Amino acid sequence: MAILSLTVNGKKHQVDVDPKTPVLWVLREHLNLTGTKYGCGIAQCGACTINLGDTAVRSCQLPVSSIADKAITTIEGLSEKGDHPLQQAWIEQDVAQCGYCQAGQIMSAAALLKTKPHPTDDDIDAAMSGNICRCGTYLRVKAAIKTAAKG
Amino acid sequence: MKQPKASASRRSFLKVSALAGGGMLLSFNFWAQAKPLPGQPLTDAKDWVELNGYIKIYPDNSIKIINPNPEFGQNVMTTLPMIVAEELDVDWQKVIVEMGPHDNVKLGPQFTGGSNSTRMYWKPLRDAGAAARNILVQAAAQTWNVPLEEVSTKQGMLYHEKSGRSGMYGDFALKASAIPLPKNPKLKDGRNFTIVRSAQKNVEGMKIVTGKPLFGLDYAHEGMLVAMIEHPPAFGKKLQSFDASEALKMPGIRDIFSLPLYPENYEQSGFDTRTFNDLLVVVGNTTWEVMNARKKLKVIWQPIESSNEIIAGFRGKTNVTIPAGLENTDEQLAKMAAFANQPAQLLRKDGDPETAFKNAAQIIEHTYTAPFLAHNCMEPVNCFAYVTDEKALLVAPHQAPGWIEPSLSKILNLSPDKIEIQIVRMGGGFGLKAYGHFLTEAAIISKKVNAPVKLVYSREDDMTYGIYRPMYTATYRAALDKDKNLLAFHVKGGGIPEHAVHQNRFPAGAVDNYLAEGWAIPTNITIGAFRAPGSNFNAAAEQSFLDELAEAMGKDPIDFRLELLQRAKEKPVGRNNEYDADRYMEVLKLVKEKAGWNDPANKKYSRGVAAYFCHSSYAAHVIDIVEKNGKPYIERVTSAVDCGIVVNPDAATNMVQGAVVDGIGNALYGGITHKDGVPGQNNFNRYRLIRMREAPERIDVHFVHNDIDPTGLGEPPFPPVFAAVANALYKKTGKRFYNQPFYKDIPNA
Ligand code: FES
Ligand code: FES
Repeated sequence: MAILSLTVNGKKHQVDVDPKTPVLWVLREHLNLTGTKYGCGIAQCGACTINLGDTAVRSCQLPVSSIADKAITTIEGLSEKGDHPLQQAWIEQDVAQCGYCQAGQIMSAAALLKTKPHPTDDDIDAAMSGNICRCGTYLRVKAAIKTAAKG
Repeated sequence: MKQPKASASRRSFLKVSALAGGGMLLSFNFWAQAKPLPGQPLTDAKDWVELNGYIKIYPDNSIKIINPNPEFGQNVMTTLPMIVAEELDVDWQKVIVEMGPHDNVKLGPQFTGGSNSTRMYWKPLRDAGAAARNILVQAAAQTWNVPLEEVSTKQGMLYHEKSGRSGMYGDFALKASAIPLPKNPKLKDGRNFTIVRSAQKNVEGMKIVTGKPLFGLDYAHEGMLVAMIEHPPAFGKKLQSFDASEALKMPGIRDIFSLPLYPENYEQSGFDTRTFNDLLVVVGNTTWEVMNARKKLKVIWQPIESSNEIIAGFRGKTNVTIPAGLENTDEQLAKMAAFANQPAQLLRKDGDPETAFKNAAQIIEHTYTAPFLAHNCMEPVNCFAYVTDEKALLVAPHQAPGWIEPSLSKILNLSPDKIEIQIVRMGGGFGLKAYGHFLTEAAIISKKVNAPVKLVYSREDDMTYGIYRPMYTATYRAALDKDKNLLAFHVKGGGIPEHAVHQNRFPAGAVDNYLAEGWAIPTNITIGAFRAPGSNFNAAAEQSFLDELAEAMGKDPIDFRLELLQRAKEKPVGRNNEYDADRYMEVLKLVKEKAGWNDPANKKYSRGVAAYFCHSSYAAHVIDIVEKNGKPYIERVTSAVDCGIVVNPDAATNMVQGAVVDGIGNALYGGITHKDGVPGQNNFNRYRLIRMREAPERIDVHFVHNDIDPTGLGEPPFPPVFAAVANALYKKTGKRFYNQPFYKDIPNA
C-alpha cells in the first residue's frame, strides 16, 4: 500500500492503495466515481475509458501509480452540467439502450474530437472500435459523434 | 414484500388515496385477492405510504409516474409512464418518472422478458391513467357545480369552457382522492393520442451521459464488502478441497470459505439455476483485492457424479438429468449428428408427409447448427445483499425479482415481507438476468459474513458460468414433385439440452403434408433463455432453408413466402397455427417495397431476406452486402416490423437497430466452445462481439401502422437477422452458410 495523489476532473485526491491497482477500481471504489465502468478488465471493451490528457485510455489496464503526476478526466468531469457537445448530441440522438457502455463511448469520442474535430467515418470507426456496445447502438453513437462535430 | 396469494383473482383494480401534503395517489393492483374495491378512498396517509402506486399529483401540479417494470435497455422507464401520461392527459415534459419498488401486489408482475413489458402493462396502465383523469374531472365538476360532460382536460389542466373556468390537476387532486374510481374508465380513442406514438427521449438519458450511479454494480452501502466466487474451471467438475492460507494473507481479504448455494434436497424453481452448487467465496474490502487474492487460492476440483434434479417450473415439475463427464465441442457435434438419425418425438403432423416424401421427384435436405451462446451483458452479473436474522435487503439488477423472492424466503428462512428487493437498471439482460442464483448467492454470503456485501462476477466468471443459449441443430427437408411444386415439409430439430422447434409456426399451416419432430441430449452445461429463446435458432435455420428451397423451385424468395402465406390464409392446414398470415405478409410486402427489392439500382448489393413471427410480432429484414477491404460487409439493412401500436417510435427504432446489430454479431461471431468441459472463451479477447466497424452503415426501420394493442418488440426483430445474413452471404460468396458462427467460413473475416 502507498499513499498516492492523483488529479481527477481537476480535483486532487489522495488514496491509500496498492500502486498496481488499476485506475478503474480506484475511481469506482476509492473515489466513488462509478461512471467509469468495468466490462472486461483486459482492455477489450472500452467500458472503462477515461481521458489521460487528450488521449483515451482504458483505465482497467492502467496502474494508478502511472498517473500520479498526470491529470485524468472521467465522464463525471467531462462537463459541469452535462452540456459537453457530445453529451448533448448523445441525448439528441437518444443513443442509449441499457446505457452501460455509453460513458466509455463518450470518453473515447471526446478524445477523438480533441485530435480530430471533424472526423471521417473511417476515423470514427478506428477510434470507436475498441468500445463494445452489447445493445448494438453503434449507428447512433456514430451519428451523435457527427452531430457533436458539426455543432 | 407482500406476495399475491395463489388464489388471487387476476383482475386488476385501482385504488386512490390522499397524499400527505394534499395530493392524491392512484395505485393499481393486478392480483387483488379480495373482491375489487374500485374507488374505495383511503384517506390515511399511512396507507398511501404503503401503497406505492403509479401516479402522484402534488398541489403545484407536478406529476410523478412510477415505472413498474425492470429496465434493461428496452426503455420501459420512458415507454410505460408515457402510456399512463397519455390517458391522464398531462404534459409529458412535466412528468417525473421514478422506478417503482419491488411490489408484485401493487405494481403487477414486474417482469422484463419475453418481450412482455409493454404488452402486459398496456391496458392496466391506460386504465390507471384514465381512472385518475376521470376523478379529477369529477372533482372539478363538483367544485364548479357544472355537468361532468362540460369539463375537459388538456395537459394537466381542467377547463369549463362555458364559464371560462380552469384549474390545474393539482388544485383538485385532494378532492379527487375522495371520489370513488370508475370501474371501467373510458379510454382515449387512439386517433387522439398525443404522447403515445410520439418520439420521446429516454428519461434517464442525462443520467447516463453524465455517469450517474444507475446500475447494480454502482451501488454502494456503508460498510460494504466485496465477494467473488471461484467456480470450477470446467462443467462437470465440482469443489473437492481448497487451501486458502496464501490467499488469506493478501491485503484487504476478510474471509474465505465454502458453502452450498442451495441446501440438500432443496426443490429448485424454474429460475433458481445452479451451475455450481459449492461456492468457494473470497470476501474482501475491494474488488481488486479480491481478484488478486483469488489467484493465490489452491483448489482441487473433482468430477461430478451424474444426478437428477427436480425443477418446479411454470409448467409443473420436470426431472432434469445431469450427466457426469467433461464435454467437448467436437463430440457434441458428432452426438447431435447421430441423434438426428434416430427416431424423435412427434410434435406435429398434417396430411401424409411420409407418402409425399416417398413419391417426391426431388427432395431438398439441409442441416443447420448453432453453438452455445453467452449473453455477455456489458454489466457482469452482480448483486448487493445485506441479510441479518431479521431481514434482508437486496439491490439486484434482475429481470424478475418476484420469481426469486420465494426462493430467498425459503433459504433465508425469512417471510417475504422481511425481504426488500430494490430494482436497479441493468447493463443488459438478454435473458441471463432472469435467473436467480446470484441473488441467492449474495444473500447467503452476506448472512454468513454478517455484513453488507456486493457479489461481483468478473467478466471471466460471467462468461464461463453457463446458462448459455443451448446448442442447436435442425434438419429441414422439402419434397417437390416433378413440376417443382412443394408437396411436403419436414423439420427435425434437436439440441443440447433442448430443441428449438416451434411446430405451430410458419410454414406449418401452409403445406398440406407437414411433419415436425424434436429430440434432446442431456448435458451438464447449464442453459437459459437468450433473446427470443428457440426462435433465435429456429428462424435462422428455417428462413435459410426457405431461401434455398425458393431457389430450387425457381422462385423469388419473397414471392415464395408470400405464396405460402396466402395459402395459409385462404386454406390453412391443420390447427393451432400461431401466426396471423396477413400480418406476416404485410411485413414482407413492406420490406420488399422499402428495400427496393426489385429496383435495378440495388443490383450492386448481394441481398438476403428473412422474416419471422414470435412474441406476437412480425419482423422482416433485407440485408445488403458489399465488398469492403476484400471481405463481405453488411452495409445496409432494411427492416419492417409489425408490433402493433408503437408507443415510442424513435426508441422502438433504436431497439430494432440494436436487434439487427446483435443478430449480425451473433450470427457472424458468437459461440462458446468446450474442451474437456472448459469453455474456450472467457473474455472479449476470445469471444468476438460485433464492433462499430462491422456494424452496418444504415439500418432503416419501418413499422406497420395499425391499431392493434402493442405486441412484443425486444425479441421479434432478432431471430430473422441470422438467416438474412446467411442468405445475403450466399449471394455474395456463392456458398450456403449452415453452421454458426459464419465467420469461420468467410475468407479473411
Ligand atoms: S473494462 Fe477496461 S476495456 Fe473493458
Ligand atoms: S447501451 Fe447497452 S451496452 Fe451499449
